[in-house]
Amino acid sequence: MTQLVYLIPLFPLIGFLINGLFYKSMPKSLAGIIGSGTILAAFAVALGVFFEVKNGTVPEQGVVQIFDFIAVGNFNIPFAFLVDELSAMFLLIITGIGFLIHVYSTAYMHDDEGYAKYFAYLNLFVFSMLLLVLGANYVIMFIGWEGVGLASYLLIGFWFKNKDYTNASKKAFIMNRIGDLGFLVGMMLVALNFGTLSYTELFPQLAPGIGASTANGAVISDALVCGIALCFFIGAMGKSAQIPLYTWLPDAMAGPTPVSALIHAATMVTAGIYMIARSSALYNLAPAVQNFIAIIGLATLLLSASIALKQNDIKKVLAYSTVSQLGYMFLALGVGSYIGGLFHVMTHAFFKALLFLGSGSVIHAMSGEQDMRRMGGLGKVMPVTKITFLIGCLAIAGIPGFSGFFSKDEILASVFAKSPLMYALALIGSMMTAFYMFRAYFMTFSGNFRGTEEQKHHLHESPMAMTVPLIILAILSVAGGWIGLPHVLAHHHLLAEYLAPVVRNFDPAHLAANTEWMLMGLASVLAIVMILLARMATKKEQFPEEEQGFAKLLANKWYLDEIYDAVIVKPLYKLAHFLNNVLDTKVIDGAVNGVGQLVHWSAGRIRTLQSGQVGIYLFAMVIGVVVLFAIGIAMIIV
Amino acid sequence: MGVLMRRNAIIIFMCIELMLNAVNLLLVAFSKVNGDAGAQVFVFFSMVVAAAEVAIGLAIIVMVFRKINSVDINVLNRLKN
Repeated sequence: MTQLVYLIPLFPLIGFLINGLFYKSMPKSLAGIIGSGTILAAFAVALGVFFEVKNGTVPEQGVVQIFDFIAVGNFNIPFAFLVDELSAMFLLIITGIGFLIHVYSTAYMHDDEGYAKYFAYLNLFVFSMLLLVLGANYVIMFIGWEGVGLASYLLIGFWFKNKDYTNASKKAFIMNRIGDLGFLVGMMLVALNFGTLSYTELFPQLAPGIGASTANGAVISDALVCGIALCFFIGAMGKSAQIPLYTWLPDAMAGPTPVSALIHAATMVTAGIYMIARSSALYNLAPAVQNFIAIIGLATLLLSASIALKQNDIKKVLAYSTVSQLGYMFLALGVGSYIGGLFHVMTHAFFKALLFLGSGSVIHAMSGEQDMRRMGGLGKVMPVTKITFLIGCLAIAGIPGFSGFFSKDEILASVFAKSPLMYALALIGSMMTAFYMFRAYFMTFSGNFRGTEEQKHHLHESPMAMTVPLIILAILSVAGGWIGLPHVLAHHHLLAEYLAPVVRNFDPAHLAANTEWMLMGLASVLAIVMILLARMATKKEQFPEEEQGFAKLLANKWYLDEIYDAVIVKPLYKLAHFLNNVLDTKVIDGAVNGVGQLVHWSAGRIRTLQSGQVGIYLFAMVIGVVVLFAIGIAMIIV
Repeated sequence: MGVLMRRNAIIIFMCIELMLNAVNLLLVAFSKVNGDAGAQVFVFFSMVVAAAEVAIGLAIIVMVFRKINSVDINVLNRLKN
């Protein structure tokens, strides 16, 4: 089975090619079947690979070489896939949730004219992400990394007739590119110093606790290791939307809702987490960078959670909650709890896909309306959406028993062991999460309907193709957490045991059972309190159009977009303007045109010599001879 | 001086030939003085080339005269533009 691993990215690629090349003549039903079917096939292969990995019957360390990609002297980059516990887990998440999103899309996008094109892009997205996860070296990962960026650009700007949407897609692309530069520099540093980019050759050179040294024994300084780790983290910042490169993610809501689900849950944003978890051997040698990651993660989670408190667009709330949850994952990675981070990636994939698809179902019923102030009371007409959305909210808020509780608890516990101050801040973030998610839930599903009569008439439950994925995801959102029970409840942490051959927690701290119980209890009680508060805040159903005071600051996202605009975008425009109007037209064009004019002018002077008068030519000739003669005489004398 | 002062192309041409022959004469004289026969052989070559050149030059002048009915070099400035 492992030898067939190349089939996993191949299927979506075929789907992309068929749908992409023939999208004009493709009937809708066929495009949907090809799009979803290829992902289902990939999922089936991924399942086979997963079980083989789980049973430990993978041959040759799991490296499957397809062909030689770049070979220069001793430096060799094969086009190879690496099948191990970590990549198998991501394969399942990507293809599994990707498949559900594809099925959901067949109904959601049914009336769209670019139907087949849409599925082509979705398949390209999944293909790139699979390449990213499967690559056995950083170059293959980078190819997937860029492919994901491209596909997200295409999908965010899918409705390209709207100028705001195309701007959002450009923003996403550029922000990602800034991060990619960091990744690229890091990659070059690794290639330069270690002479290899393959994981299986690189990581043995990074001995934990001793330091880095190359295969031929040269020692690599700690500062350099930190530099490489930092460069990689800058790449992760862009892709996984951390401060300061996070603003593209909320804007990425411009794409169709299933795309948001795909970007936020199954793919793309988890790429940064995957990269850092994959390079955990590197980060274990760079404690300074680890602290930096933890601080960035914490800052991101607090900032975006506070913004989410006052958003009225249902998708914006979810977008900021994604940024906030990503902050948790980076916090976990920063304190060395790689398992916690990966666990949260998985549970987050379940409940965030559920929430996004649920919100898509709501938007579908509301004929495109996304403002929660115009909703309300939808629970009566859309029971399935309501219940599944509620489960998603409970999971993300961290109510005991649901998946989000276990993963978040694991992160919080490892943060507590590291620094109680960070724990307190992370707990505040978790409280805000519970509040804004339930604020969104109550605004949407309870109370009375606040939209127009026409919208009220149109309200309906979504078709089967949309509700069935919701139900499956809801089940996963509940049960997904049970594979990683904290060890006061169960002796086996299934996920940690499964991942142990690839990733281990750095410096794992064990808390006393009582402390752990207390932390869990505290988090749960606070979450429930915040849910009740959210209920009270939305009870009156009066939502001001314009917020006042501090709330206004939050509703406007701390004005960070405006600050970026003023500090970075405007000066760049000014510089471009200066270069265009002064440097280019005056200096460079002036020099080029000046040379032309000089030749023209001097030629005009010289041409008068060519008078056509033979007598003058002869005279000039005699003068010339006399001059030569004089020179000859002079030279003889001298 | 004939080359510089006269305007008739044929006269100029004849003057140029005279100058060439003067150089030939010089070469023969010097070869006699220096006792080297090589220069005299050179003169033969020079005379052969000069004969060919005269034929071509005269032909050009004849053609020009047929075209514009003049061999005045001040009229011969049509190539200027």
